Amino acid sequence: MNPASSHLLQQEIPLTWYLLLSATLFSLGVVGFLIKRNLITVFMSIELMLNAVNLSFVTFAHQWHMVKGQIFVFFVMMVAAAEAAVGLAIIIAVFRARATLAVDRIDLMKL
Amino acid sequence: MTILQFFLWSLLKVAVVTVVMLLGVAYTVLLERKLVGRIQNRWGPSRVGPFGLLQPLVDGAKSFLKEDIIPTAVYRPLYLLAPIIALGCALISIAVVPFGDPNVGPDGLHLFQISDVNIGLLVILGITSIGVYGIALAGWSSNNKYSLLGSLRSSAQLISYELALGLSLVGVVLRAQSLNLRVIVESQASRGILTWNIFGGLQFIAFFIYLMAAYAETNRSPFDLPEAESELTAGYHTEYSSMKFAMFFMAEYANMITVGCVATLLFLGGWTSPFGNLIPLPQNIVLQALLPIFWFVLKVFSFLFLYVWVRGTLPRFRYDQLMSFGWRYLLPLAILNIVGTSLWLAYR
Amino acid sequence: MHLILFVLFAGLCLAGAINLLLQSHPINSALSLIVVMTSLAVLYLLLGAEFLAAAQVIVYAGAIMVLFTFVVMLLNAGREERTLGSRAARAVGFPAVVVILSVIATVILKAQGLGTASLSDGITSTEELSAVLFTKLLLPFEVTSVLILIAILGAVALARHGDGERTAGK
Repeated sequence: MNPASSHLLQQEIPLTWYLLLSATLFSLGVVGFLIKRNLITVFMSIELMLNAVNLSFVTFAHQWHMVKGQIFVFFVMMVAAAEAAVGLAIIIAVFRARATLAVDRIDLMKL
Repeated sequence: MTILQFFLWSLLKVAVVTVVMLLGVAYTVLLERKLVGRIQNRWGPSRVGPFGLLQPLVDGAKSFLKEDIIPTAVYRPLYLLAPIIALGCALISIAVVPFGDPNVGPDGLHLFQISDVNIGLLVILGITSIGVYGIALAGWSSNNKYSLLGSLRSSAQLISYELALGLSLVGVVLRAQSLNLRVIVESQASRGILTWNIFGGLQFIAFFIYLMAAYAETNRSPFDLPEAESELTAGYHTEYSSMKFAMFFMAEYANMITVGCVATLLFLGGWTSPFGNLIPLPQNIVLQALLPIFWFVLKVFSFLFLYVWVRGTLPRFRYDQLMSFGWRYLLPLAILNIVGTSLWLAYR
Repeated sequence: MHLILFVLFAGLCLAGAINLLLQSHPINSALSLIVVMTSLAVLYLLLGAEFLAAAQVIVYAGAIMVLFTFVVMLLNAGREERTLGSRAARAVGFPAVVVILSVIATVILKAQGLGTASLSDGITSTEELSAVLFTKLLLPFEVTSVLILIAILGAVALARHGDGERTAGK
């Protein structure tokens, strides 16, 4: 390994950047959750927020050299998968009943 | 080795593998046409070149020169993106496949593998799962009911069979204790055919599940419902013509080859010889490098042969049969196989 | 090298997330979310979490998002419309989000002792991960599998129920 390439490998960047990226992604997810008017897109914004949080979990796992942070991400993924399955099933059920996906029109407690 | 050298070597390997892969795709198509011809008691392509060997080139030229029609009602960005995703994903997954003895060649340079990844098996599974989008988007963006039906079928089929496929590989991973494809092959190398996972590893059930799931994953007969021509005209690629159609076609055959490579690596001992150490290694360094590749190609070829044979023999399933076969039989069988393998590994 | 890769994929992440908000068609939003997720997988790889990177691609990009696109295609969801609610959400939501972001950012920037990351840090092997997962955290793992099972049953029940109702109605 010559000096030039080892320098390339050892170049460091602060973990703060990862955390800031994660915070920004989370806020974008919140924005999406608020301004989007399609049920499916709102659900996608939630997934975006989950992903942003996952990124900070991985960053902290790297900071403290602990595997548990990564395992937490693993659990979040599992829960997200379960959530997506049930959530999309609910969306399909709602669509069957109301024939619309706009969140503003789904505002009655019963049919 | 400097970064620049590493980069240039990788570029060279990528170029060579891509060219070989595309040639392989072209000749797999010819193999299929020839074999299906023989199965149906006819000759298959025989006019261009000796035994029709130049047929793939002519076919390629034909796809290039045909008129490229883009229907007006399609959603253009995704319509153009879909074949690129399909072909791209089909070609990328070969990057982690080792197809020759890694100990040959200069130190630290895996001459017969583009990149040696710790999680090679997961990388292949991941890229295959991204490949679904090619088909799903093609059907949706075509704005055609047959295309949409084809792509809906295909996404449902791929999600369902990916479970069985992934679970069938767990037994092999348990035996090798690694997700690295090179390590998995080396774990089967000691006594030739006797230590291959399919025989010595007692993974024949897993191999059967993998075979079925692989047919479904690559949309091949008897599970080729996404493009079932008798009901959906041509399924998800009904609206595609010329080179875009050819890209889907190439993606399908490239996927077949990748699936064959994975089956070879996981169940059939990869590049190792079936005779183990019975035949001493040749002294010649060139032979030492080429013999493993010969075994590897032979194994992949026999897998492809089986593919075509099944296509020529079995009729297409009905859609509900396909789903219930995947969920009711393959999935429980795969779970039983994992339980059995782990019990055997724990108490042997 | 790390810097180049970080900037490239963090940029892709942000671009995908912003595109998700700007697109009015759900399928374009879904595709931008896939871009975000795959770039996040690369960032995980940069932080040495290789198993998570693979899981991110397989589970998120390959399974969950396929489900999303599947539902978008199945329901043939069209472009969304602007309504009164969305204007209210904009007026109240944007300032609130800016406040949230600035609070989090201040906390992060003030934090002491945060380290650095480089490509030579080494990676967490899958063995290391599973050793902890299957010994210390076995119970949570089993509970998650029960959760998944319940979720599957719930999804099937929800989908079935609608079917039965519709045929009964006819």
